[in-house]
Amino acid sequence: MKVTIVQFPGTNCEYDTQYAFEKLGASIEIIWHKETALPADTDLLVVAGGFSYGDYLRSGAIARFSPVMNAVKSYAEKGGKVLGICNGFQVLTESHMLPGALKRNSNLHFISKHHHLKVASTDNTFLKKMEKDEIVNIPIAHHDGNFYIDPDGLKALYDNDQVLLHYCDEDGKISNPNGSIDSIAGITNKNKNVFGLMPHPERAMDTILGSDDGIKMLEGFLNT
Amino acid sequence: MTAIVNISLKSGVLDSQGKAVHHALDALNFKGVEDVRVGKQIVLKLTSTDKIAAKAEVAEMCESLLTNTVIEEYEIELIS
Repeated sequence: MKVTIVQFPGTNCEYDTQYAFEKLGASIEIIWHKETALPADTDLLVVAGGFSYGDYLRSGAIARFSPVMNAVKSYAEKGGKVLGICNGFQVLTESHMLPGALKRNSNLHFISKHHHLKVASTDNTFLKKMEKDEIVNIPIAHHDGNFYIDPDGLKALYDNDQVLLHYCDEDGKISNPNGSIDSIAGITNKNKNVFGLMPHPERAMDTILGSDDGIKMLEGFLNT
Repeated sequence: MTAIVNISLKSGVLDSQGKAVHHALDALNFKGVEDVRVGKQIVLKLTSTDKIAAKAEVAEMCESLLTNTVIEEYEIELIS
């Protein structure tokens, strides 16, 4: 199992992501954004978190034009699995590989804390190892995580089972940290091979650091 | 020629910054404010002297990079 991680100037979660997937037995290659091709044996492509291009203009807006993104797009179009975490999610929406957009958090604060999430759908390759309505505790750390999509787009997401995660409290009651429409924390594209989420499962790999709930989430991503 | 691009959130999209500024103005006792929208302005110095072509080009820039049309709208003003 080979996980390829894209690194832009300003990416800062590539090594956490490497640690997480190595812990699960995958081999990792981190590639610089100037690359025009992905390693041929890539099983999962990760756009990691951070602050690509300093979040200038809008989060993810400039990374979208990096050479590697053409390769990422064609990889996804051929059915390859793409995961965008946090800034990676922002890059994927800016690239139109995922619908909607990520606005400034409604309270205007940078939010960094553990937050519970509820699994909305397991009918996809990413969360198939989890149970519907299962609750996990995963850190969030973002300024622009306020997911927005127009009403028609929202309906289409639900009709096609593309909403995978909602923010909730420890009892599973919906709890919205950032103003996201319908408390949405993660979605897929129509074909369900591109997944973006604001929370950081790669930071929830050890109980000593607060939670290891990221393990069962990321394990599913490796299972081909 | 100079192009001024004014970018704001679409009218249906909640503007949290605008709301916060509105609250702050209210706290400062400016009671006559009905609504506040915060946007951004990008000023481009262009080599072009053809207004129609320049406007079309700047619109293309807005669609591809300068704005996110999912949540934002823009107006272009040209000054020669």
